[in-house]
Amino acid sequence: MTAQETTVLGFVKDAGSDRSRLLDIVEAVQGRYGFVSDDAVQAIARGLAIHQVEVEDMLSFYAFFDRQPRGRFRIRLSRTPVSIMKGALDVARAFEQALAIRMGDTTQDSAFTLQWTSDIGMADQEPAALVNGMVLTGLVPGDVAAIIGALRQRDQGHEPAPGKFQNSHRNAIPKREVRSSLMQAGPLLMLNPAQETALETALCLTPDAVIAQITEAKLRGRGGAGFPTGMKWRLTRKSAGEDHIVACNADEGEPGTFKDRMLLTEYPDAIFDGMTIAGYALGARHGLMYLRGEYAYLWQRLQDVLKQRRAAGRLGANICGKAGFDFDIRIQLGAGAYICGEESSMIESLEGKRGAPRDRPPFPTERGYLQQPTAVDNVETYLCAARIMACGADWFKSFGTAESSGTKLMSVSGDCTRPGVYEVPFGITVNELLDLAGGEDAAYVQVSGPSGQSVAPKDFGRRIAYEDLSTGGSTMIFGPQRDVLDVALQFAGFFVTESCGWCTPCRVGTTLLQQGMQKIVDGRATRADIRATEALAETVTRMSRCGLGQSAPNPILTTMRNFPELYEARLRPELFVPRVSLEEALADAVRVQGREPVTETV
Amino acid sequence: MNPEPNPQAGDSVHFTVDGIDVSAAPGQSILEACDVAGIYIPRLCYHPDLPPGGNCRVCTCRVNGRNVAACLTPAAHGMRVENDTTQITDDRRSVIEMLFVEGEHPCPYCVASGDCELQALGYRLGLSAPTQPYQWPARKIDATHPDITLDHGRCILCSRCIRASRLEDGKTVFGFDGRGITMTLNVDAKGGLGDTQMAAIDKAAQVCPVACIVINRDSYRVPNGRRRFDAAPIGSDIEARRTS
Repeated sequence: MTAQETTVLGFVKDAGSDRSRLLDIVEAVQGRYGFVSDDAVQAIARGLAIHQVEVEDMLSFYAFFDRQPRGRFRIRLSRTPVSIMKGALDVARAFEQALAIRMGDTTQDSAFTLQWTSDIGMADQEPAALVNGMVLTGLVPGDVAAIIGALRQRDQGHEPAPGKFQNSHRNAIPKREVRSSLMQAGPLLMLNPAQETALETALCLTPDAVIAQITEAKLRGRGGAGFPTGMKWRLTRKSAGEDHIVACNADEGEPGTFKDRMLLTEYPDAIFDGMTIAGYALGARHGLMYLRGEYAYLWQRLQDVLKQRRAAGRLGANICGKAGFDFDIRIQLGAGAYICGEESSMIESLEGKRGAPRDRPPFPTERGYLQQPTAVDNVETYLCAARIMACGADWFKSFGTAESSGTKLMSVSGDCTRPGVYEVPFGITVNELLDLAGGEDAAYVQVSGPSGQSVAPKDFGRRIAYEDLSTGGSTMIFGPQRDVLDVALQFAGFFVTESCGWCTPCRVGTTLLQQGMQKIVDGRATRADIRATEALAETVTRMSRCGLGQSAPNPILTTMRNFPELYEARLRPELFVPRVSLEEALADAVRVQGREPVTETV
Repeated sequence: MNPEPNPQAGDSVHFTVDGIDVSAAPGQSILEACDVAGIYIPRLCYHPDLPPGGNCRVCTCRVNGRNVAACLTPAAHGMRVENDTTQITDDRRSVIEMLFVEGEHPCPYCVASGDCELQALGYRLGLSAPTQPYQWPARKIDATHPDITLDHGRCILCSRCIRASRLEDGKTVFGFDGRGITMTLNVDAKGGLGDTQMAAIDKAAQVCPVACIVINRDSYRVPNGRRRFDAAPIGSDIEARRTS
């Protein structure tokens, strides 16, 4: 047996030789070797007694796993409309020049790989980058030399590349910090001694009474869909299963959102309180938190919190002295896949598979993780649940609107003077939020990320609430200097990268929509082209399997609706313009021959 | 008024498809119940011998105002299913068009012509020529197996072979690789299909709806012009079961 094989089989054993822990095993291999070789795949397959095609099926799905060796330092620059408005292209150029490679390439000494990645949850401090799990923020081209210098020093010193487990290693890498960005705390986030005892208060009630109180508070899912949490918990509780599962969706991948990052950093105990309360209410013994791979830098801190909670009797057996209430939480780290924020994809990923969504029914509340009844809720939802237990349903309902009780955390970024997290009561208008964040000059606001909608000034009086503008919190502000259609094109590209590929309309449709949008942005589209792109967008919305595909056309459809004049302005008057531009097709020949083709005039 | 049927007790449920009454045995999907009743719902990745995969979305119907895949949705009492409407047919044609431009599907010289479910659905749904741009994927032909040719350019990622190999053959020869538009079919050996457990008699070799998995030396047993869908449009066999 080779040394690598022994090591890999060790990782398999560490995961209890459990097929459902395949993601952890592959993460360990990737972390140790920097890629997952064919030999490693075979060793994993042997160790788990599964086929290598099953291992490849999973690992080829995630952006953070490699089949080929890449640079020892992986520099992943966040590419989003916000990062680009803040200068990410200039930072990228500076990295390219300093390393003498192009984006996507690896240096000859195998020290650096440079690439783009989807939004990493730092929209309030872009341009940002991940370097082997470290987060660098607020980058300017002038930082690049010092960053590369510091990384080279580590490299020559033969220090291990900093992975998710070496967070404590303080060093001189510039811009390695993540600001909290909590700009406005409301009742949910304001310190209140009663909140410390949320779990104890809940354990004095019966599980049914806990659910009744959540229902009474009219708490709805904070991820954006707004499903009533009390009903979800009740459905899960009454579904038969050997176990019930409490799952926390900490995979906030919607571009422009970062409020869960702030919560996981500053309020982890309250979130775990909420999960534990749900565990009690559901009769669950197991809690799972799915932490997006981009937030690996939070891993150790969260593990420490879990450890403290176990020591304090707030996790484990007989929690808080409540005989028979056993509950513990495992954190599953993701590996770069936006789709895993969709609850059924997240469950597949938690089971160590590719993050392809499931068809419903059955709903996760009936058959979720490992076929057990599962309640999947957003980070913020668990925080709300804990607060409701501590302060009561009436307290919670005293904020917000009739249909949307409580407050909402908004992640505000883009063209504004005060980006960050704002806790606001539901019912606040877009205008009021813009005033808070210093975004009064907004030409439009992308509410709820690319899967949400582009809101034009005429609609700035609309309210943030489930009954009006429903949102997970992502709020990207675009000033008058921004190109609306170009932003829509960038979002179209995001969905191409993040489509899981399982179903035809989303897999192929997202690419065709991007191409259609490109033609429009290039000013080569006729009215018929625009109509065709719109019809295609509607087909993708109607035919796709899950929320990703169903909402992927939103940036195109909502800008068509709200900014028709911008589409008109780029129209070509001809009835037909070919997809291939003759000038572009001939460009190489023109360059080689050194002369322009002669245009015949009749 | 009859009492509500109780599927748990084995009662059949009743629903309508475009206004036609259909009954379903407990546990049957909308698509299965319609097949028995002689109502054809166009489908591509569904195969009667395999559990449904939900990949192609061609069988999408509007049920009580929501779009769902008929192959995966259990028939329920009182459902109002819309199947044969202009919009649904347009959407299905658009999905078939997407598959045509995603891969390489040169019907006139393809071995499966006349026996290809993708081609047959194109005809049935009225797709004359794709209007979307061809994607020209750089996919390879795997000729490592003595009895089977695997032409990845023809693959429509329907997952039939994946399901058949795992569940019917007990071999798990196939899986997916990658995600999104770059997703491809993968086999359980670095050296190609020839290094796997695959045999030409496997169920996985029989279920391919297109000419991706082709049995060698067998292709022109039935000449062009006398093949399945040369005689009658796809779905005709199901519609022939219709009694009323």
